Amino acid sequence: MAQIKSNAASVEFRSVSKFYGKSKVAAVNDVSLNVEAGKLVTLLGPSGCGKTTTLRMIAGLEMASSGQILIGGADVTSLPATDRDVSMVFQSYALFPHMSVMENVQYGLRFSGFPKKEIVERADAGLELVGLTGFGDRLPSQLSGGQQQRVAVARALVLEPQVLLFDEPLSNLDAKLRRRVREEIREIQQTLGLTVVYVTHDQEEALAVSDRIIVMNNAIIAQDGTPRELYEAPANAFVADFIGEANIFDCKVTEVQGDVATVSLGQVTLSLPARGHTPGPARLAARPSRISIGEASAPGTLPGKLEKATYVGSHLEFVVSTEFGEVFVVSPDVDSGLRAGQPVGLGFPERGPVLISP
Amino acid sequence: MRQHKEVRGLHPTVILWVAVGLIGFAVLPWYGTDSNFFTLSWLLDGYPLDSDVAPALFLALQGQKTWLAPAGLMLLVPLLLWGREKTDPLFGRLLVAVGAVGLAYVMLQGFAIGLRGWRFEWLTAMFGELGDRQFGMGYGAMLCAGAFLFLFSIGLAGRGAVGGDVFVVSTIAFVIGVVALFIFMPILQMLANAMITQEGTYSLASFASKIFSDRLWGLGCVTQNVGCGVAWNSLFLAILVGILTTLLGLVFALVVTRTGFRHGRSLRALTGLPIITPPFVIGLAIILLFGLSGAVTQMFAELFGVQATRWVYGLPGLLIAQLLAFTPIAFLVLIGVVEGISPSMEEAAQTLRASRWQTFRTVSLPLMRPGLANAFLLGFIESMADFGNPLVLGGNFDVLSTEIFFAIVGAQNDQAQAAVLAIVLLAFTLGAFYAQRFWLGQKSYTTVSGKGDAGVHPLLPAGLRYTVFAIAGFWALFTVFVYATIFYGSFVKLWGVDNSLTFVHYVKSFAIGWNEFGIHWKGAAWSSFWTTITIALVSAPLTAMLGLLTAYLLVRQDFSGKSAFEFGTMLSFAIPGTVIGVSYVIAFNVPPIELTGTGVILVLSFIFRNMPVGVRAGVASMSQIDRSLDESSLTLGANSWQTFRKIILPLLRPAILAALVYSFVRAMTAISAIIFLVSARYDMSTSYIIGRVENNEYGVAIAYSAVLIAVMLAVIGLMQLAVGSRNIGRRTSNDNDLSQSRTNVSQSRTGQTRPALSGGG
Repeated sequence: MAQIKSNAASVEFRSVSKFYGKSKVAAVNDVSLNVEAGKLVTLLGPSGCGKTTTLRMIAGLEMASSGQILIGGADVTSLPATDRDVSMVFQSYALFPHMSVMENVQYGLRFSGFPKKEIVERADAGLELVGLTGFGDRLPSQLSGGQQQRVAVARALVLEPQVLLFDEPLSNLDAKLRRRVREEIREIQQTLGLTVVYVTHDQEEALAVSDRIIVMNNAIIAQDGTPRELYEAPANAFVADFIGEANIFDCKVTEVQGDVATVSLGQVTLSLPARGHTPGPARLAARPSRISIGEASAPGTLPGKLEKATYVGSHLEFVVSTEFGEVFVVSPDVDSGLRAGQPVGLGFPERGPVLISP
Repeated sequence: MRQHKEVRGLHPTVILWVAVGLIGFAVLPWYGTDSNFFTLSWLLDGYPLDSDVAPALFLALQGQKTWLAPAGLMLLVPLLLWGREKTDPLFGRLLVAVGAVGLAYVMLQGFAIGLRGWRFEWLTAMFGELGDRQFGMGYGAMLCAGAFLFLFSIGLAGRGAVGGDVFVVSTIAFVIGVVALFIFMPILQMLANAMITQEGTYSLASFASKIFSDRLWGLGCVTQNVGCGVAWNSLFLAILVGILTTLLGLVFALVVTRTGFRHGRSLRALTGLPIITPPFVIGLAIILLFGLSGAVTQMFAELFGVQATRWVYGLPGLLIAQLLAFTPIAFLVLIGVVEGISPSMEEAAQTLRASRWQTFRTVSLPLMRPGLANAFLLGFIESMADFGNPLVLGGNFDVLSTEIFFAIVGAQNDQAQAAVLAIVLLAFTLGAFYAQRFWLGQKSYTTVSGKGDAGVHPLLPAGLRYTVFAIAGFWALFTVFVYATIFYGSFVKLWGVDNSLTFVHYVKSFAIGWNEFGIHWKGAAWSSFWTTITIALVSAPLTAMLGLLTAYLLVRQDFSGKSAFEFGTMLSFAIPGTVIGVSYVIAFNVPPIELTGTGVILVLSFIFRNMPVGVRAGVASMSQIDRSLDESSLTLGANSWQTFRKIILPLLRPAILAALVYSFVRAMTAISAIIFLVSARYDMSTSYIIGRVENNEYGVAIAYSAVLIAVMLAVIGLMQLAVGSRNIGRRTSNDNDLSQSRTNVSQSRTGQTRPALSGGG
């Protein structure tokens, strides 16, 4: 039995821009990135940020207006999709409705110069890999959404591409299925050691599957890092807000000593990693779960009034009004006994807030 | 639950229809009047006592037509419901009974009594000789029958049909009623007529001998050197036209969508041509170019020193003319199909290492297959139904539609023969229609629903691209050339003989003078021109209304038998105009519905010929209006009529306008049905032009055609302006900033029947 292997290769963008038609506005603006072989990298961002265009440029479905694209170190900038060793799983799966599942999976192999016997063996192996052995004779319309998705994955995998692309693969699945399918995708990627570029606008999905996340906004890269880096140390307000929820405060850096900045936030003074900031006005991002809520008079806390307390089972959600506006706080302590209307104090633990560029 | 006010008296809708019925029974003339009803001159002709114009009530009181009396009595029965709730079981039961019995009685008395007393001998035996005869029913009878129909529907609604909605039930009943009366009844009567022998008796044997005759099915062209049977001719031509229009249409669709061609919009304008061109005009242009004294033929003869021939009359000319006329229809269908293929299908193929040519062959083309079959069937039906071109170009190549015409208007006036031919023609077109709906309807390539991918269609492989460009370029130029010929030909004095330019044809047809009464429409064409405009203006709003009501029922309501209902209403699309014409002549020439020679029969034929256009326009735009809009209106306390009027109609304004204009234009270009139905008093433009062609007055015919085309261009232009300025978009904008997002689902829509907006055929 044939085994599906991986020919994982790296992907590199060098100052790539893309303009559609005669449009003056770039869909992708001077983007440079690097995806190491065997890693799963997610392009994350809101609608229209350029992430899908970036993906389609890797596939060769869109041609870069300027810059260089390299796959496995070779320049593929001007190669069309047919000639790139890249396969893609489409958002709508794009299964050919007039072909059976088996024919769909064999489709790419037929154009790759494999002998007949190997085509069959590889297709069988592909279907086995996604757990659809025995479904070969069905038509795509006779499969459920999740099964169609797996056929699309198998169809792309059997070609053993250098890079496998996913364009929002979970958006047509229902919520329960999403979690399972994304785990399956991640498992296949790790077992085979594939290079995968994955596009999504769902930050939770991105955090769960990725080795690295590239956050895009307005046609440029907003931040590039591991899921933990993005969540715990967002570079700017956009990333802080887009990945998870964040309270953004205007603050002032009073002093920088080495890597440590002294920040004053109202009557509170904090010592935080400087991250290149110099004294002057700055901004602070704090996750709702990384702010503590307690007695009003506690020292070193930001005074405020508890406006709303909502019980949501696993935790409590608070809205507190402060001199910096409303602050959203989440507390796992569901028995705190805090009541709406009472004055409270907000505390900032050491690894809580981070300085971000304005 | 909302509180209902206590019912005092009678349900208002019941009162309304009882009153309408009584007006029909006691006030308006029961039978058709000789002069136009709306001039009210019947009021002066001895109304209400003279039996020609008397209401049924007076007829019965004077002891004439006493069989009408029960209808009046039945109209009074609903008054027994005084003070009863709509939910009262008796309410529904009584109204259903009264409506059904009353309607059946009115119809039965109409059909049982003919021109010479009882229609059937057993009735004579039962009731004795009837010393009286039937006349064609008039507005009185119409209102009365309508009242029974609607009382019946109110009763049904009272019993809980379709959620107890009076408006919906009434509309369904109304649409079924008129479709049965004006489509199914004439067709059935025609079928019955096909079995009548020359002696006037019914005989299956005579029917069989006619339908299997050599004239229809002879294979002379294969075995000997004589013409084949008419049916074979029609079939052969239709298949050729179907295949070639599909190929040409595909070529044009590919040029617009898959070659990066810049001027796709102007090419799309081609699809509008058949809408504004009376069907035989292309045939005329072909004669001007390739006929015996045609420009091209003459030039060819001079260049090569050969004798000019009449080669174009017959299959070659017909083929060229029909290809020119119907290619735009295939183009219209296929452009939707080709665009409807999700670009991600083709992109997926490319990422799977298929080259452009392989992608086209293994993915694009197979996905277009249902659309190709659809275009073929449309071309087939159009060619079968085409009447104008065979009439002017057919030569010795006889086809079914013209053969039917000659059976009726010729010296023989053989209605049975015409009916037999019509049945064969109907069998062909209905077969194609049936195949289209049921075979193709299920073969839709729907994969997933939900969000689609943005993407662009890849270009065709280079070799194919140039081939496609060459073919489309040639054909587009040829089409332009043909239309230019029409325009130019209208100024030529006598084509091929005296090629000097002149306005004489326009003057002859459209001269305007002054006399003591004001404007004097001197031109010979004015009379038919104004008749055509009037008839078209009258029938357009009625067509649009009926079409939109039907569309509303199809899109928005669920009721048992809905698919049969849909099939029935769309059926008239597949019935060739010639068949409708023959069946109307047969069915409406004698009481109880005697309409031949009137303007009403023209209006009716247009309404029921063009109804599918209105239905399609309505269905297309109504499916875009979210159902939650009606539902919210309904939950806010409006009933379904108020919802239809206040919510759906305003949102449908563009569709209404489109339906209006298309039915107007189609009424102006139709020829096949109305050539049987025109009379000296109500002559139509198209039949007038055909008359000129038969007299070899090509100049006048072409000038008149050019005027018609100009008028219709103006009408369509005005509509575009009107629709363009008030675009009520209900579609949310695409959530992706790239090109339009498409779903694979669109394939299933295009797999279904698409509107063909050709001329009347």
